[in-house]
Amino acid sequence: MSTSDQQAARPRLAVPELLIGIGLLACAGAVAWQTLSIPVSPLYSKVGPTVFPYITMVGMTVLSLLLIVAALRGGWQPEEEKETPTDWKAMGIVAVGLVANLVLIQPLGFTAASVIMFVLICHGFGSRHPLRDVLLGLILALAAYFGFARALGVNIGAGFIENQLNTGLDSIIRMLRG
Amino acid sequence: METLGHLAHGFSVAFTPVNLMWCLLGTTLGTAIGVLPGLGPALTIALLLPITYQVAPEASFILFAGIYYGAMYGGSTTSILLNTPGESATIVTALEGNRMARSGRGGAALATSAIGSFVAGTLGTLGVAFLAPVVVKFALSFGPAEYFSLMVLAFITVSAVLGSSSVRGLTSLFIGFVIGMIGVDLQTGQPRFTFGMSQLLDGVDVIVVAVGLFAVGETFYMASRRYAGKDEIVPLKGSLYMTAAEWARSWKAWLRGALLGFPIGALPAGGAEIPTFLSYAIEKKLSKHKEEFGTVGAIEGVAGPEAANNASAAGVLVPMLTLGLPTSATAAIMLSAFQSYGINPGPMLFMTQANLVWGLIASLFIANIILVILNLPLIGLWVRLLKIPAPQLYAGILVFATVGTYGISQSPTDLVILYLLGGAGFLMRRFDFPTAPVIIGMILWPLAETQFRRAMTISNGDWSVFYKHPLSLTLLTLAFIGLIGPHVYAYIERRRMRGPEHVPGDA
Repeated sequence: MSTSDQQAARPRLAVPELLIGIGLLACAGAVAWQTLSIPVSPLYSKVGPTVFPYITMVGMTVLSLLLIVAALRGGWQPEEEKETPTDWKAMGIVAVGLVANLVLIQPLGFTAASVIMFVLICHGFGSRHPLRDVLLGLILALAAYFGFARALGVNIGAGFIENQLNTGLDSIIRMLRG
Repeated sequence: METLGHLAHGFSVAFTPVNLMWCLLGTTLGTAIGVLPGLGPALTIALLLPITYQVAPEASFILFAGIYYGAMYGGSTTSILLNTPGESATIVTALEGNRMARSGRGGAALATSAIGSFVAGTLGTLGVAFLAPVVVKFALSFGPAEYFSLMVLAFITVSAVLGSSSVRGLTSLFIGFVIGMIGVDLQTGQPRFTFGMSQLLDGVDVIVVAVGLFAVGETFYMASRRYAGKDEIVPLKGSLYMTAAEWARSWKAWLRGALLGFPIGALPAGGAEIPTFLSYAIEKKLSKHKEEFGTVGAIEGVAGPEAANNASAAGVLVPMLTLGLPTSATAAIMLSAFQSYGINPGPMLFMTQANLVWGLIASLFIANIILVILNLPLIGLWVRLLKIPAPQLYAGILVFATVGTYGISQSPTDLVILYLLGGAGFLMRRFDFPTAPVIIGMILWPLAETQFRRAMTISNGDWSVFYKHPLSLTLLTLAFIGLIGPHVYAYIERRRMRGPEHVPGDA
């Protein structure tokens, strides 16, 4: 019952929660747009492909409206979460790391892109030893690459580093087999 | 007795050297990811899903089950020594376990949780072996209408009844529905929710969603909260051998926890939180050492919830295997592994895939034995994992996340979706939306749609099938009560409190 008491005491608008609610309402709008653009063939008049999309659309709309109401009544975030300031800088650096990976994975190959991402994320989390991180990232990325690519047979983007190592590895395997 | 024969056969499958190796690998990996904060069994199994293209179904499910059980054992170590529950199901273990560690009895806390996990895990697995065939007999009479209603009930219990808010839980579930419907509708061939993008015609892979929400979202969240203060690792002190008094206080709690955890886990609602909290409350009530609760740490408060947690983890396998109904994120991802082999879990599984099912159940017994060995004598090894610094840990998780995602199709589009879902995962974590219903929703919604259409085709488009079949009606009524009941109850309570006296303060 404590939540209802809090709401009664401070019925203040909670901006972050309101934005979440509006964002979800926008998502519901996108769902509606996509649902309405599904062509309905008269052949499937009983249960066509639109029944479940319509249910989802209605559900999303109702839920986002309920969340907006909750936000207008003061939101639902616990105090502890509100009082902890968000470290936007750290998050930003992590995001830059992800974008760098996305942009570089095709031109440079998986390993090089991963090392750059690894170093940036470590930096975002407060690590101040970039050289050590490069080394660690390289070891991890190669372990991940060879674990997945060679053991699981998953084909991930190979660049210069991978090709050199693959050629090397293949020739070693050939030598061992005589 | 039939079950014993099946089990014997299962052991003959599980005891082959190759399958024992998969079991050992799974339990070791599972313990490691259970110990590491930020990694869970759902994420790990999702990343390993490509293995289903390489090895026999028995091997991959023995591996996945080992990871699933292992994460439960490993999660308790983190809860006890770090007070950061590695798994949501081990939140309660942290309450007393961390206090015990701080007062120098960490060894006993780890021992009672590992042995309790073993006892409850073994009992729970026995429960699976004996209950599953009973459920199968019952489920064979289910028609599509019953299946659909059962899925509706599971949707409601998983998202609305469990968790802190039914609105936020249902929102997560509906986000899962939207993701699950992206792609070509298999029955009519119409593209849905693709926004005209050809890359979305095949749908969004569960790997991308699980990795985005659990790995990328978690990394953003941890980066955003660097000011939140750090938990320190309590150095492991005290003997790992429990005294006679500690044994005497533990064993009943283990049994009670297991008896509580298994049935609740086996319900089509799932969730380990409720049985662990219930077990904690019961142990606190029954204990002769109430003064230790919340002060120096009471061993019953670790033993009971830890047993309840493991027994309910075993229980979750009953609806998953017999009905194809996953009630946790991990179970939903295992279900998609079945789909990737073209196997449909459900009552027929026990007939068509007897080797797989009974080999898997037998391997769970073996996994429990391996896990108690891994987690007691070798505990020092796992404690060292806790010392991995956060920057390198999360950066490393994202390297593996990229491999797992990019490897599916080598398309940067998947990475874009991954990072967008990571942003969504961060917001969900920050604003207290549960993430498991997204995964369950995306896997189960298309299956629910199939059953719905089947039911409507059989009934010639007559909606009454869903309420004219007594079982279907019962399930839908239960779902409705689950959705409305708590709100009606809260409303009545509020009315009562606002009575003529105007009682101030909270309840």
